[in-house]
Amino acid sequence: MPASNTAATQLKHADLTKRPWEGTAKVMRILVIEDDKDAASWLVKGLKESGHVVDLANDGEQGLGMASDGGYDVLIVDRMLPRLDGLAVIKGLRGADNKVPILILSALSDVDERVKGLRAGGDDYLAKPYSFAELLARVEGLGARKLLDPKDAKLRAMDLEMDLMTRTVTRAGKPIVLQPREFKLLEFLMRNAGHIVTRTMLLENVWDYHFDPQTNVIDVHVSRLRGKVDKGFAQPLLQTVRGAGYMIRAR
Amino acid sequence: MRVNTKPFRTSTFRLAALYLLFFSVSIWAVLGYIYYNTVSLLERQNEETITADVTGLTDEYRIAGIPGLIDATNRRLGENPNILIMLAGPDGQQLAGNLRSPNINLLPDNSWIDFSIGQGDGNATLGHVAHGFNVQFPFGPQMIVALDVEDLNQFREIIRESLIWAMGLAVLMGLGGAFIMSRNFLRRVDAITETSRSIMRGNLAGRMPVSGSGDELDRLAQSLNEMLDQIERLMSGMREVSSNVAHDLKTPLTRLRARAEAALRQRGRAEIQSALQQTLDDCDQLLSTFNALLSIAQLESGQQRASLQVLDANDIIADVVDLYAPVAEERDGVLDMESRPGLRILAKRELLAQALINLIDNALKHGMSPDGAAHISVQGQKLGDEVVITVGDKGQGIAEKDRQRVLNRFVRLDESRSRPGNGLGLSLVSSVVNLLGGKLILADNHPGLKAELRLPLVRATP
Repeated sequence: MPASNTAATQLKHADLTKRPWEGTAKVMRILVIEDDKDAASWLVKGLKESGHVVDLANDGEQGLGMASDGGYDVLIVDRMLPRLDGLAVIKGLRGADNKVPILILSALSDVDERVKGLRAGGDDYLAKPYSFAELLARVEGLGARKLLDPKDAKLRAMDLEMDLMTRTVTRAGKPIVLQPREFKLLEFLMRNAGHIVTRTMLLENVWDYHFDPQTNVIDVHVSRLRGKVDKGFAQPLLQTVRGAGYMIRAR
Repeated sequence: MRVNTKPFRTSTFRLAALYLLFFSVSIWAVLGYIYYNTVSLLERQNEETITADVTGLTDEYRIAGIPGLIDATNRRLGENPNILIMLAGPDGQQLAGNLRSPNINLLPDNSWIDFSIGQGDGNATLGHVAHGFNVQFPFGPQMIVALDVEDLNQFREIIRESLIWAMGLAVLMGLGGAFIMSRNFLRRVDAITETSRSIMRGNLAGRMPVSGSGDELDRLAQSLNEMLDQIERLMSGMREVSSNVAHDLKTPLTRLRARAEAALRQRGRAEIQSALQQTLDDCDQLLSTFNALLSIAQLESGQQRASLQVLDANDIIADVVDLYAPVAEERDGVLDMESRPGLRILAKRELLAQALINLIDNALKHGMSPDGAAHISVQGQKLGDEVVITVGDKGQGIAEKDRQRVLNRFVRLDESRSRPGNGLGLSLVSSVVNLLGGKLILADNHPGLKAELRLPLVRATP
């Protein structure tokens, strides 16, 4: 299914050079395993321009070797690779108990292939052709995910607090009543606080749909959520990053 | 029929020949049995008559000697003028009887004999064959009792000849019949061959001739014709798709090219950036069209059938309505749901959700009531053996003549193509429903469009 087109259309309008969220993104060490020289060079260039440190491996064996040496925050792995295919690289790493977050890139876009990729140990899956902004948002999200303690029962973003056990949300001590889906939406945004979350990421993670529903349904849901979270507060927390997606401010 | 005229090599002919062989053998057996019984019965009757006479006359001789034998012979001849008796003394002279001595000395004693009837022998005709018993009394006279068996022999001959003729005729007619049958068969097979060749040459409208007799060839021709109907439908669909693809891809490419050309002449960075941005938009639109086409092709290949699971359609409907209800409200419309749990179907969440989303999306885009807002209702219910999911709106609906056509790829009723969309939404819904073994029915919602997904219900296993 085409996963990224609507979001991609939006994302292209994002002016990546300004990066209003830049203060919150940390510098990451990224390993790109991709055999297509042209595609790889664009990818590496883009990631470097975004302030990250990037290494490139041109085939599966080299990639597995470099990744095993460790030190990377995120891996970007193409599925079709010479010598050792992408899924084998991932299985190799996971077999050696390497937990580095991995984003799979693939021309195979349907749900079954995605499931195969995630079962092999990938953390996220992006179908080609993708927009660079979508990829960047996902990579930075993956890199940040490591910082969160999954057992932490409470998520915080400034004065907004979410208790995952009691499933309650308060802002500045005032309770906010949310529908189950709104809760899930806010939870995902808060887990990625300080990072851009694209519409496609929301559709995948909150609704579990991996296709492009043409109409921009996500905007409506986010604006409803914003009505509940930000209404009556001087400082808006749920920000729209023009054309790119949404972000909950971390601090 | 130039195609193939070798009736002897057809299976019909071989079958007929085999049948003929069995038929002939059984006829031979029956007729042979009748022949044997009839002829041997007559022969036995003759021999019994002769044996009775021989016994009677022998008794007379034992009792009354030669004179008694002579008397008895004459008496017997008086009773039955057909019988032939010869009685000769030990010296060879004729004592009594109507049979002049055929070469007595050459005949074997006390045994059955056959001989030609000579001149003046009783009532019998000269040259006929007689069958009789030759008795030589020890030291006494010799006696032959016989009957004219010419009729019997002729009867035997006639039966034998007619048997042979009947056989010959049966074989001849059987072979002829088989020939005609297989030629008729061949003629019809050739007609089918000829038609299929003409279809291969491009005459897609050609159909196999059907004789109307409803026999196996007719049934074959009918199912071939049904197949051809289906192929013709698919082919014309393909043709339409190809020309639509060409049109739908050419338009954005033309726009794209014109813009790139214009951008080359631009000086300002902002103008060039904006042109590039729009170019990207057009590329994404094209890619999304290709992706949708690929999805449909993949659905039609049926590969995903293996990954279907039993699901409750109610959950999927609820999720989709949950996703879209705020969108409808945002546009002052309504999206309501009427469904209950227990709609067990074999499906894949993602596929059914996408199908429903496409239908709701269509309803949002094209199903506005005259007041400008969309009133959409999604229903899920069990009807007999089916789960029926309905997406209805109160818009303009689709004219009956267009309802089948809109399921084809790239068909858009909005001829100006001014509104967004790629004309693949309903095609995808139709492919999904096909994959799930169901039916997609577009109907009148009085007013508006009612899209019905009829999917097979999965009964709970006890």
